Amino acid sequence: MSAATLFGLCAATLVGLGLYGVIAHPQPLRKIVAFNILGSGVFLMLGSVARRGAAAGMGGDPVPQALLITGIVVAFSATALAIALLLRLSEVSGSVTLSSDAPAEPKPDAGKA
Amino acid sequence: MTEAFDILLAALILGLALWTAIARETFAAVLGFMAYGLLLTLVWVRLHGVDVALTEGAIGGGLTGVLLIGAAARSRATESVSLAERPGTLTRALAAGLAAAVASALAVCVLILPVPAPTLAHEVAANLASTGVGNPITGVLLAFRAMDTLLEAIVLLFALVGVWSLAPDRAWGGRPGLRHSADPNGILAYVARVLPPIGVVVAMYIFWVGADHPGGKFQGATILASMWLLVMMAGLADAPPIRRSWVRVGLVAGPVVFIAIGLLGAWTAGAFLAYPDGLAKPLILVIEFALMPSLTLTLGLLMAGAPQRPEAP
Repeated sequence: MSAATLFGLCAATLVGLGLYGVIAHPQPLRKIVAFNILGSGVFLMLGSVARRGAAAGMGGDPVPQALLITGIVVAFSATALAIALLLRLSEVSGSVTLSSDAPAEPKPDAGKA
Repeated sequence: MTEAFDILLAALILGLALWTAIARETFAAVLGFMAYGLLLTLVWVRLHGVDVALTEGAIGGGLTGVLLIGAAARSRATESVSLAERPGTLTRALAAGLAAAVASALAVCVLILPVPAPTLAHEVAANLASTGVGNPITGVLLAFRAMDTLLEAIVLLFALVGVWSLAPDRAWGGRPGLRHSADPNGILAYVARVLPPIGVVVAMYIFWVGADHPGGKFQGATILASMWLLVMMAGLADAPPIRRSWVRVGLVAGPVVFIAIGLLGAWTAGAFLAYPDGLAKPLILVIEFALMPSLTLTLGLLMAGAPQRPEAP
């Protein structure tokens, strides 16, 4: 089996693992980690496709590889925003939960503490 | 031999991904994720994507890992509360079924990919000479698909605007994050004095060789931003208040230059972001030089987080 196929299959499994974590984990931070695993699975799959497109003396198709660099940076900025939202939520409500019936009483601007 | 290494690498990655999913403590899961990011860097090298490996190591594993660790440390106290909200067995079974179905479908797609694989490598090789750069990835990022790179820089800015908008009213315009203080004679302060000069040289080198070899502005800017973070964490310098005009100007300067050169292309070469004949390389250099400080500032401030302290008088 070529490295491209092997890591392509690895990527498919990573997408599955990440998807399960995003749905099944109760903690938002763990969902963010799982989302990053899912994202890296997608990137790895594109990377395996890029490797298969090796030609003209290049080790891989440079177009998907360049898109991957863009993708990784965009994924980072989304993660940074998600974490900022999470920290603000814990600052305002005192707990981090996505449950709709949680007893979290939002205090008016608890950020003063 | 390399096949055995690949299989071992894939097994380690899957094991670490599984660990991040099942570890009881968030902190342990995040550490697993950082190790996962580093191993993924090796995978990129095995897939002949050295540029991607540099980006993954610097941003995917490094900066994301640091952000996650900071958040995990700060939300440790509330961890047990949300653990009690574990979804029911049925939800988890359905999620597992869905995840398995998606993974199997993707695996089948991987196995039935067309042979020979479609590729744009020939087109890139044929047109690379007209851009004047030797690294095909840089050629794609700044000439053939320059629009993606422009939008990416703007997405980073939007993310920063989003993060800033989470500031409490009293801290608006103030300094991001908490004030860090470390023992001025401690090892952290020592490293924060010794490492940045080396880091700056490495970052500039990676930035400069990006024209012809793996590297480039994103990887270089990430290293610069992490050096800045190191200095801030050691308490040697404080994060700037976000109301400062040099911060605002610095953030938008890179994208503005990029857009201006794009408009110049619309006027002289007939298309937005097209480069006039013979001027491709100098214009690409101008864009790279303008983007690098803006990216450094954006990445560093994204890591520092929302403003939390009013500017000290």
